[in-house]
Amino acid sequence: MITIDSNSVNPKLNSAPLFTAIAYTVVGLIALICVLPFIVLVSGAFSSESAILQEGYWFWPRDFSLEAFSYIFRYPADLLNGYKVSIIVTVVGTVLSLFISMMAAYVLSRKDLKHRNALSFFLFFTTLFNGGLAPYYIWISRNLDLTNTYAVLILAPMFNVMYILILRSFIRGSVPEPLLESAKIDGAGDFRIFLKIVLPLTKPALASIGVFTALAYWNDWWTAMMFTNKDHLIPLQYLLYKMLSSINLSAAMSQHVSNLDMPKETFKLAMTVIATGPIVLIFPFVQKYFVSGITIGAVKG
Amino acid sequence: MKTRPKSGAGTLAAQRPGSMLKGSWFKDIRSHWVLYLMFAPIAVYFIIFAYIPMAGIVMAFQSYTVKGGIFGSPWVGLDNFSYFFQSGKAWLVTRNTIIYNLAFLTCYTVFSILAAVVISEIRQKWFKKLSQTLMFLPYFISWVTVSAFVYNFLNYEYGIVNRIFGSFQLEAIDIYSTTWYWYLILPFLYVWKWVGYGSVLYLAAIVGIDQEIYEAATIDGATKFQKITKITLPLLKPTMIILLLLGLGRIMRGEFDMFYQLIGNNGLLMDATDIIDTLAFRSLMGTADFGMASSVGFYQSVLTLIIILGANWMVRRYDKDQALF
Repeated sequence: MITIDSNSVNPKLNSAPLFTAIAYTVVGLIALICVLPFIVLVSGAFSSESAILQEGYWFWPRDFSLEAFSYIFRYPADLLNGYKVSIIVTVVGTVLSLFISMMAAYVLSRKDLKHRNALSFFLFFTTLFNGGLAPYYIWISRNLDLTNTYAVLILAPMFNVMYILILRSFIRGSVPEPLLESAKIDGAGDFRIFLKIVLPLTKPALASIGVFTALAYWNDWWTAMMFTNKDHLIPLQYLLYKMLSSINLSAAMSQHVSNLDMPKETFKLAMTVIATGPIVLIFPFVQKYFVSGITIGAVKG
Repeated sequence: MKTRPKSGAGTLAAQRPGSMLKGSWFKDIRSHWVLYLMFAPIAVYFIIFAYIPMAGIVMAFQSYTVKGGIFGSPWVGLDNFSYFFQSGKAWLVTRNTIIYNLAFLTCYTVFSILAAVVISEIRQKWFKKLSQTLMFLPYFISWVTVSAFVYNFLNYEYGIVNRIFGSFQLEAIDIYSTTWYWYLILPFLYVWKWVGYGSVLYLAAIVGIDQEIYEAATIDGATKFQKITKITLPLLKPTMIILLLLGLGRIMRGEFDMFYQLIGNNGLLMDATDIIDTLAFRSLMGTADFGMASSVGFYQSVLTLIIILGANWMVRRYDKDQALF
């Protein structure tokens, strides 16, 4: 695994203090711009509605208040269901996608398979050409009749051909061929070799591709928008979208209470915090897998 | 027919003799049926979810009816296309898609390289780690969340930008009804979301540069700035060219998620922000105009294929190992 540690780069740095100062300033500035919207979001969510209405959004909470959160948690059913759908789809989808992608990658990595290049191209061609949105939509919703099922939420975003090709390169680079051959001599079948030798040796790549796949599932609102219209199948991100577009906001909540006493502005913010929070909290712990994933992909053969 | 050959040491990659093209698939499958079985799930998936819808591209030449379905509706020749091109939309969305994608690609490349170069100069480990984490953060959130951010900053009444303008006695700006702001805002947000990712990509290339080159330059009395312009940037050029060409290959594919979440169906911004992907989506899900939707899809798919083939041809000429195929 390649880790990004460029501390060794340019050891004679101290000879240029002005340059060092500029470098720190630029990096600090970019990082600040990247994180500022998150700060504004959280600040707004913890402000009182009246402070927002009078003074607008700001970089820190003004008139600290939990009003919006308590409002959301008074009727948490939609939110909890959104979490449930997102978690089920992400976990099941990621496991299935990884296993099937990995099997395919292993098959494509086998040099004794004569038509491996044709099989690779069979997958790769789908990234070059497609039939467009209309036939895809009609085929899935009318012909396959997958509308309003968990299956469509899991299947539609399931595979990324680039990931399969990256895994294939990784297997070639990290599973020594003599090992495979000796396992064959010992009488192990192809599938057994895959389970007992290839999978354990490719754990780093599995972790990297796994986090990318899981992130894609977690952030997917498009599939739900296209193929579901039942409340119990709405994943978190699409729920957030519906609540942010204010027309639906009132519709979504009006069944519970009258609109008048509702903290509309802070409600949106608090909802965004709750929907985005888990990703932001988990992210520092899995960042290294993303970084190694990018570099695996970048050095692909 | 022979039984499955036992592959001993060294024969794993050996070709079996005598298998001509005809029947070679059959032999391959026979001798590696377990491998083909392992490939079957993904093959079935791509046939169902990619190749059959791909064949559905013929819809562009039909007048779709629910009864006839994708493959059985009456043929209408090029009617759908003449409608698409005569509506004036074709040129508009093509222009927008290309302009935005060019702006995205240029800004993304410049800022990713800038970020990577300055990050590589940082020696305080905690500072480097923290700032990289913060830069990467936007990559992890969906465009849905980004649209909430944009609202916080640019909302006419409560947005931070107008509040700051207000405190300087400046006139408030109405961003959601003024087109030209979006030519700046959208590339900015694109860079904001992707700069962390891009900097990791280019940083990996910088880390790969041989340290001895820098040491030799130091001995020769090169300044920090000279080292960057004469060593780092020229050595990043191959990576940059490959990534640019691959990016150009996708120039006709718009960032649907971004445009849909940030602009949606805002009619005031439509002419400045309608891209091929949003037009196809609107025709299909909004007005249920299947002729329009499918001809837009055909137009985009065919052009994309041609452009990718061209881009790949150029990559291949530049560096054979980096070509997609």
